[in-house]
Amino acid sequence: MQQTEFLNVVLPFKDKLYRLAKRLLVSKEEAEDATQEILMKLWSKNKMMDGYNNVEAYAMMMTKNFCLDRLKSKQAGNLKLVHSNYKDENVSLQNQLEVKDSLSWIERIMEELPEQQKMVLQLRDVEQYEFEEIAELLDMSATAVRVALSRARKTVREKLVQKHNYGIK
Amino acid sequence: MELSNIEKLLERYFEATATVAEEEMLREYFTKEDVPLHLKGYAPMFQYFSVAKEERFTRQVPLKPRKRSYVKWISVAAVSILVFGIYFGRSYQEQKEAEYAYQETKKALSLLATNLGKGTEKVAYLKEFEETKQKIYNRN
Repeated sequence: MQQTEFLNVVLPFKDKLYRLAKRLLVSKEEAEDATQEILMKLWSKNKMMDGYNNVEAYAMMMTKNFCLDRLKSKQAGNLKLVHSNYKDENVSLQNQLEVKDSLSWIERIMEELPEQQKMVLQLRDVEQYEFEEIAELLDMSATAVRVALSRARKTVREKLVQKHNYGIK
Repeated sequence: MELSNIEKLLERYFEATATVAEEEMLREYFTKEDVPLHLKGYAPMFQYFSVAKEERFTRQVPLKPRKRSYVKWISVAAVSILVFGIYFGRSYQEQKEAEYAYQETKKALSLLATNLGKGTEKVAYLKEFEETKQKIYNRN
């Protein structure tokens, strides 16, 4: 497979890989590094890629595993992921009720979710994957995906209501 | 879309029993401006998902053309040729040595044979002597 051909295959889903990585790793730099790593891994074995009928699913699986490993090793090393793309909450204290801020709240709320729920929510609500696809990707049953998704959505709603009320007070 | 419909969909959304298409309808509904007050709280959620989908991976990934693998294969070939060369060169030398040894033994054996021939010649004389001796005995 030539480089241009490879890029054509990868192009439709490279953003999805990046978004999943960013959801898990939070830091923009870390997510970019992870995505780059995955793409280079794919490139290095692109002869085998013809054999996979669903390159996207394979790449998503690789990204998931890579990020989880990454998180695990950071945890083991007692290191925290450092990232600078937090928005300062206090700056826009006055505008807290504006929609834009509510959006970054949701990002924060999602950060607090357990990893599995994070991934389920990301794959379903952002990328619109079917339950079966998510189940295969995360190695869960479809029912478990449904339960996790419901739980994640309800948590987001709950915390959103909480923050919203704080904002009013 | 009717409000009651939306409320029903929302409920199914939070129970995670809605289909992708139905969730898409919700997303569309909440990105519009005129959402009734009691549902407004949900709007940021759906808006966020749409915004989150806009994020792009912009970094250029340096994809090295796979030259390295060529070098690797060439080196593998070179090493194997070297190993075979040494192996066969050695066996060739061994063969030569064996041939030399064979020639030498042959020479030595032929030397032995000629000496043996000389011996038998001399023994032939002895035979003649024996015969004449017998003749003399018989005569007496």
